[in-house]
Amino acid sequence: MSDINSNIPEGELTSKWTKFKSSVPLVNPSNKRSIEVIVVGSGLAGASAAATLAEMGYKVKCFCFQDSPRRAHSIAAQGGINAAKNYQNDGDSTYRLFYDTIKGGDYRSREANVHRLAEVSTNIIDQCVAQGVPLAREYGGLLDNRSFGGTQVQRTFYAAGQTGQQLLLGAYSALERQIGMGKVEMYTRHEMLEVVKIDGKARGIIARNLITGAIERHFGHAVVLGTGGYGNVFYLSTNAMGSNVTAAWKAHKQGAYFANPCYTQIHPTCIPVSGDHQSKLTLMSESLRNDGRIWVPKKKDDNRKASEIPEDERDYYLERRYPAFGNLVPRDVASRAAKERCDAGYGVGASKLAVYLDFKANTERYGKIEASKAGIHNPDKETCMRLGTAVIKEKYGNLFDMYAQITGENPYETPMRIYPAVHYTMGGLWVDYNLMTSVPGLYCTGEANFSDHGANRLGASALMQGLADGYFVLPYTIGAYLSNEISVKAISTDHPAFVEAEERAKNILNTLINIKGTKSVDHFHKRLGHIMWEQCGMSRSETGLKQAIEDIRALRAEFWSNVRVPGTADELNTELEKAGRVADFIELGELMCIDALDRKESCGGHFREEYQTEEGEALRDDVNYAYVAAWEFKEGVNFELHKEELKFENIKVAQRSYK
Amino acid sequence: MSTGNMNLTLKVWRQKNNKTAGALVDYKLAEISPDMSFLEMFDVLNEQLINKGEEPVVFDHDCREGICGMCSMFINGRPHGPKDLVTTCQLHMRSFKDGDTIVVEPWRAAAFPVVKDLTVDRSAFDRVIAAGGFISVNTGNAQDANSLPIPKMQADAAFEAAACIGCGACVATCKNASAMLFVSAKISQLALLPQGQPERYRRVQSMVAQMDAEGFGNCTNTGACEAECPKGISLENIARMNRDFASAKFVSEETI
Repeated sequence: MSDINSNIPEGELTSKWTKFKSSVPLVNPSNKRSIEVIVVGSGLAGASAAATLAEMGYKVKCFCFQDSPRRAHSIAAQGGINAAKNYQNDGDSTYRLFYDTIKGGDYRSREANVHRLAEVSTNIIDQCVAQGVPLAREYGGLLDNRSFGGTQVQRTFYAAGQTGQQLLLGAYSALERQIGMGKVEMYTRHEMLEVVKIDGKARGIIARNLITGAIERHFGHAVVLGTGGYGNVFYLSTNAMGSNVTAAWKAHKQGAYFANPCYTQIHPTCIPVSGDHQSKLTLMSESLRNDGRIWVPKKKDDNRKASEIPEDERDYYLERRYPAFGNLVPRDVASRAAKERCDAGYGVGASKLAVYLDFKANTERYGKIEASKAGIHNPDKETCMRLGTAVIKEKYGNLFDMYAQITGENPYETPMRIYPAVHYTMGGLWVDYNLMTSVPGLYCTGEANFSDHGANRLGASALMQGLADGYFVLPYTIGAYLSNEISVKAISTDHPAFVEAEERAKNILNTLINIKGTKSVDHFHKRLGHIMWEQCGMSRSETGLKQAIEDIRALRAEFWSNVRVPGTADELNTELEKAGRVADFIELGELMCIDALDRKESCGGHFREEYQTEEGEALRDDVNYAYVAAWEFKEGVNFELHKEELKFENIKVAQRSYK
Repeated sequence: MSTGNMNLTLKVWRQKNNKTAGALVDYKLAEISPDMSFLEMFDVLNEQLINKGEEPVVFDHDCREGICGMCSMFINGRPHGPKDLVTTCQLHMRSFKDGDTIVVEPWRAAAFPVVKDLTVDRSAFDRVIAAGGFISVNTGNAQDANSLPIPKMQADAAFEAAACIGCGACVATCKNASAMLFVSAKISQLALLPQGQPERYRRVQSMVAQMDAEGFGNCTNTGACEAECPKGISLENIARMNRDFASAKFVSEETI
């Protein structure tokens, strides 16, 4: 079935990585000094790779579009980072983390990659602590852990609700250290616009200096993309405003396959949309579902306030449908159930596109415990609520404050209103075991690649993967390629391939400036987002996807004839930056729908209405769809499917059930 | 459902680039919803400007959830606007009244030159970190994370200092344009942890030297930085940095 080679080493699953590391060809220190590597992106995956490669002795250039590498969107991750340390002595192991990740991904990821991820997870925690990352600790001075969805052990390390920030600042400090030593050249406010290929190999990039508009050519013996996910194709998502697919998409157009683009994670607990002005969505951490009960009124179009709806007129639909897991079902299941209730007319709030997340019952429960600790017997309700609120405040205070700030409502008094939102993309550039794309010398790390999360990512696994790739995997695997490049001298950027790539980039910029149409870039982005959310969001159907493909093609034609980009290309021009990104999102959106249409099964974040059980649960088809869909870009905007068969030799494939 | 009923007058700093002079320009906005964030209000303004064929206002922003530190507007004389402990992106229009006039300027500091409109160049902060804001440990050199117990109080104190988002509000609000709150937060984080001890005195000297070289002013203890910091970084950090800087000459054989 496979027509592409994932280069997985031979041997037992548990020894593949160790054996690989001991047998991979090395590059000697004097040769490393003359080998140049370009790293695009400075988030967890990019900054960690750039710093580590420089420590090893390579000459590194690192690029980011923000004003500082510390701004990358990894910084916004709240919950934590998984590692199979088994510090809690609760039976965790490399195998368990591996197993949970494969199962959580609904059996659509590669065994060898995921096992390696679980193996290096423990090194990440050691490295971060050594860098001075202040992870949460217990009174004994040792590291604390907490639980996250989809697991039965406590393996999540965290730093309050700011784990991503602390880990990124750790990677950033390692990167700045190398910059200070002159071993990394940092290019902030630069955007990659093209990959340069010479004799089939990636040999550099074309980048635009966002301040001056100057187009620059940069040579590298190899190029690494750690450029993040593409959730902003939906316009509204929890991604940062600048998060985009452009670097990955340009690589795709130069021959890098794009894998499983339709696998999108829609996170169940986000603050709902409040109006057409909305520019982004904000996540409320998954941890809230430990103490919040999710419900809607039993009556359709019930306009009463939450407090006026009596207990027996409330439908705790997750507890009703999934008695075993209740409010703690995985993200994909919780999101679909919320959509089902709202579509059926039971939604709450002005938009009717929200459900309640109610802390009252648990506040009262905590209050009773506190009262009893204080020696108060038979406490009245008011006392319970007062004491319980203090407990809730200590656990979730920063999240409650953020909710109050955004909505203007007090979540200690009224239940939160929440709704699912686009959060993470499991799909991305196809990579082999070495994290190399289908273009030799072009690597892809972190959320930008497709490799480890299958069709659904577990909480606290994104930070783990980004840092695993950058600190511990890529720096080894890239040696396999670079050891054959030691005799290649730096190629002059006057080479015709650079000239040609620069022309391609300039042509696009000039075309965008000269359309001088009537509609803003945001206008098109919002329309694209609407199509994607309606037809390629939480549930998908053949008719809807076919319609979406037609609509996106029409939108693309309209964009290229009617977009208005003010200003010029040789200055700081934020509209021009957005226009280039939206142009790529439109093409990606079409591919996502094509991929979703091809996958005639439901798995993880991909739910096809035609393929569900009688109870409305996702119905996988392991006989026909246990493959990675790797799409090749073809002239025009066309795509050809290549399949990488997924073999499960160490795990028994089973239907997920949370009943 | 998006339109609201607030009418506002904005006075926004417009400046083409760092070679030209800038000026405040007046804009009228109608039907602003109190549920919009301050930056979404700017999105509305920019959409109007684009539709009129004018150039939109350029401003830095990215995560819009108060953590990346990129947004940086000086609103009615205060960095990040009127509310305490909130970044511009998390400021909502319900904090203003119908009919208000709002003055929006960029950060003002010699070390933060204006790039365009409300966008400034804060790369001086990166150079200060590159001078010593790290622990020198290469990837792969770490021991087991739990082999070094750290008292919870100390770890929590280090975390509080590490919560700095590097936005530069402290510099913008300081009459001396001092960066001491930013610099001392990083120095404190690492000085409070056992991992940070080997380079403690070397670090404080090189970071302070770089801070001075970037043209930031001195600290005269007015405390404006602490009052305006959206993350509540404490002035105690500056005291700790000064103590370490003074001790460095005595306890460290290494003077930089």
